[in-house]
Amino acid sequence: MERLISLMLLLSLSNLGFGRVLKVSPSGPLTSVADAVRRAAAGDTVLVYPGVYYEKGLVIDKPIHLKGIGQPALDGEHRYEVVTIRSGGVTMEGFVVRHSGYSDWNDLAGIRLAAVRHVVIKNNQLDDTFFGLYCQNSDSCVLENNTLHSRSDSARLAGNGIHCWHCNGMQLLNNTITRHRDGIYFEFVTNSLIQGNRSFYNMRYGLHFMFSHNDVYDGNRFEHNEAGVSVMFSHGVNMKHNLFADNQGGGAYGILLKEITDSRIELSRFVHNTVAIYMEGTTRVQVSQNVFRDNGWALKVQASCSDDTITKNNFLGNTFDIATNGSLVLNNFDRNYWDKYDGYDLNRDGYGDVPYHPVSLYAMVAEKNPSVMMLFHSFIVSLLDRTEKVMPSITPADLVDHIPFMKPITL
Amino acid sequence: MNKIIKYVVLDILRNKILVSYTVLLFAITMTMLFLQDNQTKSLLSLLNIVLIVLPLVSIIFSTIYYYNSIEFIELLVCQPIRRSRILLSIYAGLALSLLIAFGIGVGLPLLIMDHSLTSVLLVLIGALLTIIFSALAILGSVFMRDKARGIGVAILAWFYFSLLYDGLVLFLLFQFSDYPLEKPSIVLGSLNPIDLGRIILLLRLDSSAMMGYTGAVFKSFFGSAGGILLGFGILTLWMVLPLWGAVRRFNHKDL
Repeated sequence: MERLISLMLLLSLSNLGFGRVLKVSPSGPLTSVADAVRRAAAGDTVLVYPGVYYEKGLVIDKPIHLKGIGQPALDGEHRYEVVTIRSGGVTMEGFVVRHSGYSDWNDLAGIRLAAVRHVVIKNNQLDDTFFGLYCQNSDSCVLENNTLHSRSDSARLAGNGIHCWHCNGMQLLNNTITRHRDGIYFEFVTNSLIQGNRSFYNMRYGLHFMFSHNDVYDGNRFEHNEAGVSVMFSHGVNMKHNLFADNQGGGAYGILLKEITDSRIELSRFVHNTVAIYMEGTTRVQVSQNVFRDNGWALKVQASCSDDTITKNNFLGNTFDIATNGSLVLNNFDRNYWDKYDGYDLNRDGYGDVPYHPVSLYAMVAEKNPSVMMLFHSFIVSLLDRTEKVMPSITPADLVDHIPFMKPITL
Repeated sequence: MNKIIKYVVLDILRNKILVSYTVLLFAITMTMLFLQDNQTKSLLSLLNIVLIVLPLVSIIFSTIYYYNSIEFIELLVCQPIRRSRILLSIYAGLALSLLIAFGIGVGLPLLIMDHSLTSVLLVLIGALLTIIFSALAILGSVFMRDKARGIGVAILAWFYFSLLYDGLVLFLLFQFSDYPLEKPSIVLGSLNPIDLGRIILLLRLDSSAMMGYTGAVFKSFFGSAGGILLGFGILTLWMVLPLWGAVRRFNHKDL
């Protein structure tokens, strides 16, 4: 895959050498980008010099290299889709794309990739767009180092930052997305790499995907999103080195997993979320080597989850470590570090000798009746929790870490 | 008035029980702060001390002290001093010396070792609870002539505020769980000084967990600056009202 892309890059570079160069600037020779695109042949380079260009919907339909020098602005006048790319092999870099139209029945975007292959979009700034980068039916495109910022105040008026629908082999690298509806939205996107992106202060989800299989999410940061991150109906999801932080609110989750199978969440950090991970109907998901710090609930594992492995994680300073909604437990919770564990280690092998039950009575009670949270930390609640620890009756006896770590795991 | 307060404070500060109370609080605070690696955890343990031990000691100690100084009070009543002044001075002396004990035992070490807004709030709430529970003790003792009865009432009051009340609230929350309980639970929380103090601190210590719907209602009410002020206002009422009742009764009491 990567080899193919580098080959394509090499090809486009060689094109650069042989193709013509067309220059666009407000003072001429060409004053319109659309004009330059019309005159260009496949493999040509269009250099755009600083200025504001009102192209009334720029369509790129041949494989050219469109390069902005000194951040020229393409302005959609709040009426048009700013750039539509209909040809493969296009490279677009260094532009400010702004003021796209808004529509209730048409997903107008800052830059749309319509059924194309090997398109590279990099180092652009998208400002005040409805949808930011909109990819449909595309393959092997690279979206790199773009900054996306929507200015609308309500989720209804905002579109998604990077929206991919029916794509394959996409690479989303080091983009920054703020104040959109969903920062990154995937539907039917497969075999893609999402690396080093930052998605924060979005009005709904920082990352939201469905039916998107075998994708790798590495080193992304999802912070302060209204509803956190939500991923559904996918398999082969591989997430590592991500940060999920400060997603707070009644329906906000660090990450919500629904119907996810055969996936891994590793080496990530979950900080200050109301619920760090919410799992519903997940199967064979491995949650390992993560840090859960200062969350309200570190994990909410519904009884519909099975064969999941939660291991080698650090649970530090969470109000509740684990909550669940039933007594059926088909998951493995062994070998974690829990800061609330108060057992002992007689043989000094680093593992506690008594098992740890991470579900407290009050977590179960609060799950059924959230208003009882007002009594948390009161004397009677501590008494009830103690009693339950001695004689478990409500908490699921099978939800247990048989060999908890005595000291935090170094990660 | 100042003279009476001075006598009372000096008298109490010589008291071995108060000295050992100070030492105990100091030892507990230092242990919590040094032994726990997690700052939130040590504050939580201290919160439990503040919410349970402080009210208990304040109410029992004040009650016993009042009964023991009945003769002193009778002597003062013979002097040309207004009765309300006598009672208020005795109360002020009591509260002041308990505050000194709390300040040395918990306040100073906590504020030196951990200067966050949370620990300032914890110290403030502890101080208010001390004041409130000695006021409740004065109210109880003025109404009860018999010492044994008075101490019994004090223990019952502590038991009610720290355990029974929460049990009742828990019961109510479950009985009426089909109804929206956010606003009633704010009222229920304000009707008990211990709960009120706990909720104000809870909103800071477990802020993430309190972001659910109920918590959000609490947070918007008690979490804002105005809400904290209102909370402290209600706590002040909890001090003023029992005192007012005690003074009214004491003014007409046949000693």
